[in-house]
Amino acid sequence: MVAVFLSVMRRDLLLARRQGGASLLAIAFFVLVVSLFPLGVGPAPETLERIAAGVIWVAALLSVLISLDRLFQADLEDGSLDQLALLPVPLPVVVLGKVAAHWLTTGLPVILTAPLLGLLMQLQPDGYLTMLLAMALGTPILSLIGAVGAALTVGVRRGGVLLTLIATPFYIPVLIFGVGAVEASVTGFPPDAHLLLLAAMLCGALVMAPIAAAAALKLALD
Amino acid sequence: MHRFANPTRFLKLADAVLPWAAVTAAVTLGTGLVWGLGFAPPDYQQGDTVRIMFIHVPAAMMAMGVYVGMAIASATALIWRHMVADLIAKASAPVGAVFCFICLLTGSLWGKPMWGTWWVWDARLTSVLILFFIYLGYMALWQAFEDQAKAARAAAILALVGAVNIPIIKFSVEWWNTLHQPASLITMKGPTIHSSMLWPLLLMIIGFAAYYLTVLVYRVRAEIHLRRSRQIRLEAADRHAAMQAAE
Repeated sequence: MVAVFLSVMRRDLLLARRQGGASLLAIAFFVLVVSLFPLGVGPAPETLERIAAGVIWVAALLSVLISLDRLFQADLEDGSLDQLALLPVPLPVVVLGKVAAHWLTTGLPVILTAPLLGLLMQLQPDGYLTMLLAMALGTPILSLIGAVGAALTVGVRRGGVLLTLIATPFYIPVLIFGVGAVEASVTGFPPDAHLLLLAAMLCGALVMAPIAAAAALKLALD
Repeated sequence: MHRFANPTRFLKLADAVLPWAAVTAAVTLGTGLVWGLGFAPPDYQQGDTVRIMFIHVPAAMMAMGVYVGMAIASATALIWRHMVADLIAKASAPVGAVFCFICLLTGSLWGKPMWGTWWVWDARLTSVLILFFIYLGYMALWQAFEDQAKAARAAAILALVGAVNIPIIKFSVEWWNTLHQPASLITMKGPTIHSSMLWPLLLMIIGFAAYYLTVLVYRVRAEIHLRRSRQIRLEAADRHAAMQAAE
């Protein structure tokens, strides 16, 4: 089972590398969205400092979201999804492999770019470590929940828009606690509670999201 | 339960339930509204504004209750391939969404004079807003598929995933210390609300539930008839095509 998980993940990573640009696109979108805010609300450092955590989190959430609609779509179109479903392991394992690859190609680059954007947004020095931790816990949740949405809308007309409508409500708790953690450490409170809640959500999503996504994928393969 | 997977049997049951539900809804909503808005005493702090509660609380309870019902119906449909359960879940969604909207709207109208603002981003309000969006996503997913059987299963999965939100809404006012007041109706120590307000509120809650049941029966019935007529038209078209081919 672990071997299948690893090989599915390796396959998707290889595909991402050969096609190229997936991570770069996510990073570019991330940076672009964040850089709109100083232009929109004005470049006053105290304003930016106030909204930094929220803006960075929202942008990270959106960059994960826009990369999701191709998660299963390409595999459905070229028929490899049928082959993956025929593997002698439960489908959730395959889903988990694909989610892991998705996170490595979008979530991880976004996390690595976040400190730079923190700099641009005048984030207080106390916030960086917490932001990285919160994002390390939070972005996998985004990929996992997004996989359920992507699986439900695979092969559907205007699936991308529908995916946004379905997944966003479930992203809100991640956003709230992600921002909450950063805000807490910037204002001198311990961020532990927020981080622990994020960790709990991650545990729950790790168990439940692949099962739900696999159920939805089976539906698309009928 | 399996008895009622047969739409004809379900329709028979629905026809039997409908007049009772409709009359209960009319009577309880009528008396509850007049009692609550006209005769229940004003609150010692909130004055007459408290009367919004008689709409707000039942709407909030139903917004969550309908979703729970929808999730149970979805699970039933997924596990036992229960066709009527699918229809119940589908028919519930718009009703629940409207209850959710009424809850948000009345809460906002109450919040303006009481909290001094139309909206605060506290846990209760935010999670009810999320519930509203989940209802919308659920309805959109139904619309997205042409194959009704596929749509039913996809929507059922979404409904079950969304059920995670229900306990969060219910307990948000206890887990987080928010502006929204904690529960005063269903608590461990019994209701903490005076009987002069409790009775009209209970009437309204029963009324909202009976109203939901009435609308649900109508909607499911319409959906069954719609599918039948579609089926008949498809068969007629097939016959027509076969006849033309024969000529």
